Amino acid sequence: MPLLTDDRKAGRTSHRPALDGGRRWWTTRRRDHLAGYLFIAPQLVGSVLFVLIPLGLVVWYSLHEWNVLADTFDFVGAGNYRAMAEDPNLPGVLRASALFSIGLVALNLSLALFLAVLLNQRLRGTAFFRVMFFSPVVVSLVAWTIVWGFLLQDNGGINGLLDTIGVDGPNWLRGDLTAMLSVIVVQVVKNVGLNMVLFLAALQGVPGELYEAARVEGAGRWTQFRRITVPLISPTILLTSIITVVGSLQVFAQIAVLTQGGPGSSTTVLVYYLYQQAFQFHHFGYGATISVLLFLIVLALTVVQWQMRKRWVFHEQ
Amino acid sequence: MSSKLSPRAKVLLYGTLCVLAIPFVFPTWWMVTSSVKPVSEVFAFPPSPIPTSVSFDGYRDAFTTQPFARQYLNSAYIALVVTFGTLAVSSMAGYAFARIRFRGQNLLFLVVLLGLLIPSEVTIVPLFRMFNALGLVDTHWPLILVPILGAPSVLATFIMRQFFIALPVELEEAARLDGLGRFATFWRIGLPLSRPALGAVSIFTFLHSWNLYLEPIVFLSTPEKFTLPQALTQFVDAYGGPMWNVQLSAASLTAIPVLIVFVIAQRQFIEGLAHTGLKG
Repeated sequence: MPLLTDDRKAGRTSHRPALDGGRRWWTTRRRDHLAGYLFIAPQLVGSVLFVLIPLGLVVWYSLHEWNVLADTFDFVGAGNYRAMAEDPNLPGVLRASALFSIGLVALNLSLALFLAVLLNQRLRGTAFFRVMFFSPVVVSLVAWTIVWGFLLQDNGGINGLLDTIGVDGPNWLRGDLTAMLSVIVVQVVKNVGLNMVLFLAALQGVPGELYEAARVEGAGRWTQFRRITVPLISPTILLTSIITVVGSLQVFAQIAVLTQGGPGSSTTVLVYYLYQQAFQFHHFGYGATISVLLFLIVLALTVVQWQMRKRWVFHEQ
Repeated sequence: MSSKLSPRAKVLLYGTLCVLAIPFVFPTWWMVTSSVKPVSEVFAFPPSPIPTSVSFDGYRDAFTTQPFARQYLNSAYIALVVTFGTLAVSSMAGYAFARIRFRGQNLLFLVVLLGLLIPSEVTIVPLFRMFNALGLVDTHWPLILVPILGAPSVLATFIMRQFFIALPVELEEAARLDGLGRFATFWRIGLPLSRPALGAVSIFTFLHSWNLYLEPIVFLSTPEKFTLPQALTQFVDAYGGPMWNVQLSAASLTAIPVLIVFVIAQRQFIEGLAHTGLKG
């Protein structure tokens, strides 16, 4: 992903020397600088105000205890971090987050790739299926989750469907494992269309001659897929996995609507725990500490995946 | 992978696609059909895929148990303001980063890009305290200002910059030689040419704002100020149990307009969202 391509050539404008001697200071070049700053000013001020300063503040707050009702803001040093190390809930929260993320990423990426391969065949009606698989992406997240919550009730539509084939379905949202499975599947079905479309675009960029050549050499479909398709679309696999991993750590609405972190705390993932601590129990200092942890995890995972590209991404544009 | 398929393979392929499509299409179908079922039939067993009798009680109750029209308006106006605000901020910043040379450009671009690395959940506690100190909690300001200027618009700026870099510069240079100023060049030449990128940015910005959930429940506490996602979860009976037919009616009202626009403009949606690679 060329984040910082050298665009000097593309962006160059003619710098004519100022002809008017008396106004030499006010050159085109200076005018350009000013225009540049004015153009980016709203975005820059916003980034500083709503991203960078809050990021610094979250670290600062994690060293404090803020009581909204009493309006006290006391320095507690590493107190929140000590509390975090001893928090009996945290291992469970991290485990739930890890389970959710691993399950989501694995299922999302494999299903997205599978759907993309199916839709990449020479077949009438693939455009229609593409729209169907993509449609949940545009359905309001909470509406989508509510419908699934309805379908996953003990006497809901899914068990009703299972009943018609003689299977007695479980009470999905009441068992630890089935609840986790449910939130993963609901989220995968909601968003897999995005990754599917990205994979589809990548697959269409793979030259057909490669497959022809492989067939001549006697390679089967699975070998072709593993030795040609996967290496050639590996940059897209990397990009989608980074986006999906980070997205999986941000999951909140689905948990809040579907399970409220339950049963017990089996689906209490990191952001939901952060919300509970800060905005339900009003432990803002501790909430800030969890935010710092979340940021470090996202940062670490992004860096690790970015490093991994050297190992297994076949080529880079 | 584009060799001719045998008839048997075709049947197999269509079968697989149809089975896989069930979880994608069935919930929306279920939401709409159940929303017009009478309460007694919502949980009928075995469930009927098509309602035998139609009742709009759920829709009526959605508007009487909560100020739902007001909440609908809130979501709509916030999403529109955020979309137009983001278009203005990100197209100007993206244009400048791509086209204008100024001192510290690359460093400032990196500073802005940092926003892509920081999930908005990380900064929710300090943002709450900032807006609390300004007395803006339980107003729509945080839901408008933060997306337009903060992390969500950074992706938009990045997309606009990439688009302008790929755009041939000759037209704008000619306009500049004709004496058009920077802003006029941007406004009259650059902006009209960047319609595809603006379309993509509008779609994902609108959806992002329309779907926002954590921020509204953190910042808003008065039902008249709620946005739709937040309001949907509030249709509960006296025991806290969900009133399913009302929830499903309200959910349908939230999802259907966007779905209709999507079906009409599906190409722009899919390509726009795929190019931005953003999660709904």
